[in-house]
Amino acid sequence: MKSNGLLAALVRFAESGNFREENFTLPPAEKARLDTDTPENRWLASAQHSEKPVSVRFAAWFSKKGMEVFDTLYRIISVFICCTLIGVLLSVVAFLPPFGSAGNPTVNEVVERYVSRAIDETGTTNAVAGMISAYRGFDTLGEAHVLFVAACSVIVLLRVDADARKKGRFIDLEHPGEDMDYEPNSDLVLRKAAKLLVPLAFIFGLYVILNGTSSPGGGFSGGALMGSGLILTSVAFGFRRTERFFGDEMYHLVKTACLTAYALLMAYFIYMGANGFDDHVWLGIPGTILSGGLILPINIAVGFEVACTMYCFYALFRKGGL
Amino acid sequence: MALVQNFPFLTIVFSLTCGVFCAVLSGQGAKRLCLGWLSLATVMSAAVLAFTLKADGSFIYRMGKWGAPWGNEIRVGVLEALMATVFSGVMLLSLLGGMGHIFADCEPGKANLYFTMCSLLMSSLFALIYTNDLFTAYVFVEINTIASCALVMLRDSERTLVATTRYLIMSLLGSGLFLLGIVTLYGITGELLMESIAAKVQANFAAGEYSLPLTVIIGFFSVGLAVKSALFPFHSWLPDAHGSATPSSSAILSGLVLKGYIIVLIKIFYRVIGLRIIMVEQVSQFLFLFGVLAMILGSVSALRERDLKRMLAYSSIAQVGYIYVGIGLHSELGMVAACVQILAHALTKPMLFICAGGFMDVSGGHKNFAAITGAGLRDPLGGAAFSVGALSMMGIPFFAGFVTKLELTRGALDSGPVTMAVAFAAIAVSTLLNALYYIPILFNLYTRPRDGAYAGVHARYRWDYVLALAAFIVLNFGFGLGSEAVVGAVRRGLAMFGM
Repeated sequence: MKSNGLLAALVRFAESGNFREENFTLPPAEKARLDTDTPENRWLASAQHSEKPVSVRFAAWFSKKGMEVFDTLYRIISVFICCTLIGVLLSVVAFLPPFGSAGNPTVNEVVERYVSRAIDETGTTNAVAGMISAYRGFDTLGEAHVLFVAACSVIVLLRVDADARKKGRFIDLEHPGEDMDYEPNSDLVLRKAAKLLVPLAFIFGLYVILNGTSSPGGGFSGGALMGSGLILTSVAFGFRRTERFFGDEMYHLVKTACLTAYALLMAYFIYMGANGFDDHVWLGIPGTILSGGLILPINIAVGFEVACTMYCFYALFRKGGL
Repeated sequence: MALVQNFPFLTIVFSLTCGVFCAVLSGQGAKRLCLGWLSLATVMSAAVLAFTLKADGSFIYRMGKWGAPWGNEIRVGVLEALMATVFSGVMLLSLLGGMGHIFADCEPGKANLYFTMCSLLMSSLFALIYTNDLFTAYVFVEINTIASCALVMLRDSERTLVATTRYLIMSLLGSGLFLLGIVTLYGITGELLMESIAAKVQANFAAGEYSLPLTVIIGFFSVGLAVKSALFPFHSWLPDAHGSATPSSSAILSGLVLKGYIIVLIKIFYRVIGLRIIMVEQVSQFLFLFGVLAMILGSVSALRERDLKRMLAYSSIAQVGYIYVGIGLHSELGMVAACVQILAHALTKPMLFICAGGFMDVSGGHKNFAAITGAGLRDPLGGAAFSVGALSMMGIPFFAGFVTKLELTRGALDSGPVTMAVAFAAIAVSTLLNALYYIPILFNLYTRPRDGAYAGVHARYRWDYVLALAAFIVLNFGFGLGSEAVVGAVRRGLAMFGM
């Protein structure tokens, strides 16, 4: 597992640094003589010291005290920079137009159209959903892929390779006694509570996703709820039971299907819109589940993708794989 | 609307989808898909370039039913299409050239994720090149940041983990400053579309309103993007990240990723804030100064380095300095020089990194100068390509690097006496320093090792390595010989770019 090496490597890096002491140490016999602290020796040491050229003396001093001085300076400078930045930001805020006033530059034709015409144009009563999935759908497509690339990076960092996983070696055997080992015997109270809560979490998540066009919520928030349901399942019933319905293959299938569907729907929508064709999408009845045209399937795809990503993070940190 | 006009948008979206598919394929399958898609994307971008050249103008592509400012839009002109073509081509060649190393360096079973990251990186570069909306730029900067860190991390070693950690922290600092800039700018203008912001900023500036926020915003944008593109005082993360990654990653990161951010900065200066305000705020002087320092101090650091890839990484810092000097000259000629340098360096540095990978193959996996002695004899094609790259970096005529220096000198002639003197001195000193560290390496590459190390070793050529290097050599010559066409295209592109 890569993560095991990371901390050790960082510590080693910090310790080695560039300040090498061995270049400046005295020969052992000389050192032992000087180390006995008599007035004569002290005089001898200072005499020897002053005989050396300034550059060597500076280097010796630097190798001994350099890191300390650097640390102190670093702290002082970083506090100074932070304070300056805080001051600059506060003074900028003082010059910005007051929040929420009618004369604010952000109250312009863009916001007005979102508020007044979102129902007609996107078929949603939730103007925010209309804005993020239809008006500015391209940004949201990028945002969904930010999640994807983050999940992939965590996989790169933490996934144990497949052979080790097949042997059931999820954890680092050199550090036994982690809570992973006690996974199957988890708490009775937790299990009973999870039996009650997991279905609720999934149903509520689905509810939030499906009603994303007519009430606050949508793919990202509903997906987070479903993801927490998945995590709760695996905490309470162990990874093996979760793997029966949500393993590596299921994760990849759901994730690929959702992201591809999202990208293709968005590509269709943008292509038709940009070329001035009619996109033949039925906008539905505002205020009901079947509303918002493409926003509903997009919400569903985003929801499942977010749920997958949340569970993926959890599973990778706990057992190094899905 | 012609079919070609859909291509920019399609290249962005399908790069994303290609990345998603690569994540579930096997390593070989992902490789084929990614290479196939990148070839197609290069052809598509070239078609867009041909279209814009023929139409002699830029066009706006509305992303969806509603045009800006309600929806997103992208804007395509000659400069954008040229950058997109070169970038996708270089990405393809960099992957081809380092293919053997990719599969050897990645943990088994994770090679497919390498191609995922490359596809996503490509889509973000396309988006940064084409975008006409600041928030879209931010979203894709995020993808770019994470994917480029993952490219460093995918090589399985402790060094890369430390390098990635530093890279990630610095890069996120840059993203944060960039986001603060966008937020504040939205606060005083209420717009995200570049033209709309520009109109409001000009009006505010004329009325003398919001002058302090505007200064701070320009500072945030400049510092944030300078950190991400490793301008001189913020470059400390670069040598580790670029020096320790697998050769393809180093090639992509130094050739393309750094440039993506600079293109965003140029867009902000030209199309969002406006060059006149940039001049009044005196940002250019700072960028010019730091660019000059980068040109010289980057080369000095490279001179002291005894590790081939780290030396190339320091050389990248110097080369980024050239771009910032071009921007800092604050004239049209200077900007032309900056854009030419973006292209020339994107064609040269990846070739050098790929060659470094080839030398490592014939030197027992080592990359310090002692080990690669005679590597040019053991790997003649790599040696030839490295010589071309090194001569180009020194600015010998008929190579790509010469065009930059010529254009930069032209730009400097056009500026004030002090700037001109400083720029001339910097170019002269930097060229001398470049020669001082590239020529010894060339001698080193063609010297037979005295102890007879690696005596019987010969490069076993893979077709992709040969193809990539041959293409890079041809492109470098092509760029140097056909410089008039390229510079002309850049000039036309910048004319469309301005307001």
